[in-house]
Amino acid sequence: MEKAVFIIFAIVAVGSALNLIAQRNPLYSALSLIGTLASLSALYVTLHAQFIAAMQIIVYAGAIMVLFVFVIMLLNTPEDHPEIEKQQWLRYLAIPFAAVLIGEALYVFREIRNITLPAQGEAEHAIGTTWSIGTNLFTQYLLPFEATSVLILMAIIGAIVLARREES
Amino acid sequence: MLALLQQTSDFQIISRETVQLIMPEVILTVFGCAALVLDVMLPRALKKVVAWVSLSGVGLSLVSLGILYPNLVNNQSARVGFFEMILVDDYAVVFKLMFLIGAAISIILSIKYLDEEGEQHGEYYSLILFSVVGMMFMASAVDLLSLFISLELMAISVYILVGYLKRDRKSNEAAMKYFLLGAFSSGVLLYGMSMVYGLTGSTNLAKIAAAIPNVLKIDVVKTMTERSVMDMRYLLLLSMVFMAAGMFFKIAAVPFHMWAPDAYEGAPTSITAFMSVGVKAASFAMFGRLFLYGLPDLRATIAGNAADSVPSLPGWAVLLGVISAITIVWGNLGALTQNNLKRLLAYSSISHAGYTLLGLIAGNQTGYIGVVLYLFIYTIMNLGIFGCIIALKRRGISGDNINDLNGLIKKAPWLTVMMTIFLLSLGGIPPTAGFIGKFYLFGGLIETGNPWLARLAILAVVMTVVSLYYYLRFVKHMYIEEETETTPLAPSRVLNWTLSVAAVVIVLIGVYPKWFIDISQRAARSQALKTYSYKAEEAEQPLELPGSMGAPSR
Amino acid sequence: MVPLSWYLILSAALFTIGAVGVIVKRNVIAIFLCIELMLNGANLALVALSGFFGDIGGQLFVFIVMTVAAAEAAVGLAIIISIFRTRESLNVDDADTMKL
Repeated sequence: MEKAVFIIFAIVAVGSALNLIAQRNPLYSALSLIGTLASLSALYVTLHAQFIAAMQIIVYAGAIMVLFVFVIMLLNTPEDHPEIEKQQWLRYLAIPFAAVLIGEALYVFREIRNITLPAQGEAEHAIGTTWSIGTNLFTQYLLPFEATSVLILMAIIGAIVLARREES
Repeated sequence: MLALLQQTSDFQIISRETVQLIMPEVILTVFGCAALVLDVMLPRALKKVVAWVSLSGVGLSLVSLGILYPNLVNNQSARVGFFEMILVDDYAVVFKLMFLIGAAISIILSIKYLDEEGEQHGEYYSLILFSVVGMMFMASAVDLLSLFISLELMAISVYILVGYLKRDRKSNEAAMKYFLLGAFSSGVLLYGMSMVYGLTGSTNLAKIAAAIPNVLKIDVVKTMTERSVMDMRYLLLLSMVFMAAGMFFKIAAVPFHMWAPDAYEGAPTSITAFMSVGVKAASFAMFGRLFLYGLPDLRATIAGNAADSVPSLPGWAVLLGVISAITIVWGNLGALTQNNLKRLLAYSSISHAGYTLLGLIAGNQTGYIGVVLYLFIYTIMNLGIFGCIIALKRRGISGDNINDLNGLIKKAPWLTVMMTIFLLSLGGIPPTAGFIGKFYLFGGLIETGNPWLARLAILAVVMTVVSLYYYLRFVKHMYIEEETETTPLAPSRVLNWTLSVAAVVIVLIGVYPKWFIDISQRAARSQALKTYSYKAEEAEQPLELPGSMGAPSR
Repeated sequence: MVPLSWYLILSAALFTIGAVGVIVKRNVIAIFLCIELMLNGANLALVALSGFFGDIGGQLFVFIVMTVAAAEAAVGLAIIISIFRTRESLNVDDADTMKL
């Protein structure tokens, strides 16, 4: 049963990802990325990472992708024109690069094909819950969390500085 | 549930001592926010006050580092804080000192530069301060999580600063290229980190170092029909390559350097100066943490198993050796034909990244001293040369074309002399500091006695001689060529004084390097840079962390 | 139960598709989307490994990566808007000598 769920969502994720790079219009690319993000969220649930799954939908597929779509619509991007493409050799670089990574994936499969995830214990002590994430975020991982707040502040300043219209 | 909650509330998460550890960063963050608020409050004519406030923030941060240093570090070598997220040792403190000095000089350069551009804004200075916070955390972080977030903290603010002159098309395009390649390299780095996490089961570098020997164990199961080998070393190699590739982007090593000339040319000159020293030094600090502290056992080889005829794989020193050789050659050859000073210095900074890598490859005390010392000297001399370029900038003249230097000796003799000092130091001519740094870097390689490393050192020396050609070309334009531009310079007293101090320091280090060598030696001796023999068979003990301060006793 | 290696292979596949996309795509926003895909590939590996080790570190790493991705998106899109203000086209090759 779980394997079936995995296979379905994995196919959706990979299919949307391939569609992302196949599409010429960035808007369709963005929409297919949302497909990948949503199916990854479902996979996170099968991994008992409920909080991350929720964040994936709310923050990633929600906020971040809406921002992307918004900017794409705002700029009304022209579709790619194949005639202005230069540097054809980069495409040939992509093939060995992909080969290395796929080789790596197969290698992982060969080495650890039989290992499965340990069964989750009591829901209370499971690691993926909001409670467990929150507890750890404010104890052990306090410093990175606080650094995040500076990062967000900086991103806000940056967005304002860069996108603000010049008052002339 | 309640019991667990009870347990949680007993933790004292932030003790006074722990906060002391990050005091310099806290002060900078507070001043960064203050700069933002001041910018809104001050009228347009007084915006320069924000720069001075930021500069005093850097000064205060230096003072707090000075107080912290003897108290915490000198006595008992190192302190861990925030549940082993950061480690404040000599290594971290020396790098923080370097970043703060770099930030102070960069802010002074920016005051003059932004005056000329008419873009004096407070956000600029707060972004510089925030990115220095990121750099300082990079030097002290010992956890993949804190390393990643501090790297991003630094990188994202620099992306914004590169595109700061948004009416300038070049600045925009530079920001876009730098951003895309930077984000791509972060992704690659993250994937490498996730693989290391998968192999070792921890994000803490000390625990990773301790778990590596388990990963290296090769189980050979022989049955009647087949011989199956459980071998995770290829994954380890791949994760190492991914992490190194991510870092190579940040230090602009060939073949991951293509963003550097464009980004350096397009960015505001003061930011070019800041990113050429700060980002590079911070990335080297992180490089040291990741590889010397986290993966020390993989230096020369990823050990195989002779009994079962499983071959050894090359370690990261081999990878770095190849990359640094290519980087040195490519950077220097690329610089030969450049006429734009900023582009030329971009190629020169690529080659300097290659030189600095040599110290990590050597893997002995001399090499590590070389890395820290050279980064320190590079910070001062590179900011100095960029300061001279900014001093040349005036209405209608950007100051970054080589012909802008023509006949400078008649117009500004002292500026010419200072520029000559910085150039000779970049080229590594004996009475200047650059020579001392290169001496340690190359000496470390020779000391190992490995023939391949000796060849690498010879290559580096040859390329240093080649580099003299393009540095001396500047000098020729300044002294010999006839004046082609008669617009007078627009001198700034603060900038001139700062550059003078930097030039004097460069000569002083060249003549009397003892103090700088001492502090570099301290950094090199600290935990992160333990000397590992170049021969891999000596099994080193995994690094032990001293008892952590903030951690609860569970 | 689903084996761990399945998750890791899916993660490697997503990362690969993203990386290949960065290399072959021309449009800036599309390249940016591919970078997001790479980050998601790494995230999946982190969450799967976190479950496997019973260690919260991996999931918190993902939490941090999501924040970083949000910050990167804000800044990156602002850069794209500001470049759009100075020019009309969004194809990377117009930016003189962009070499990826």
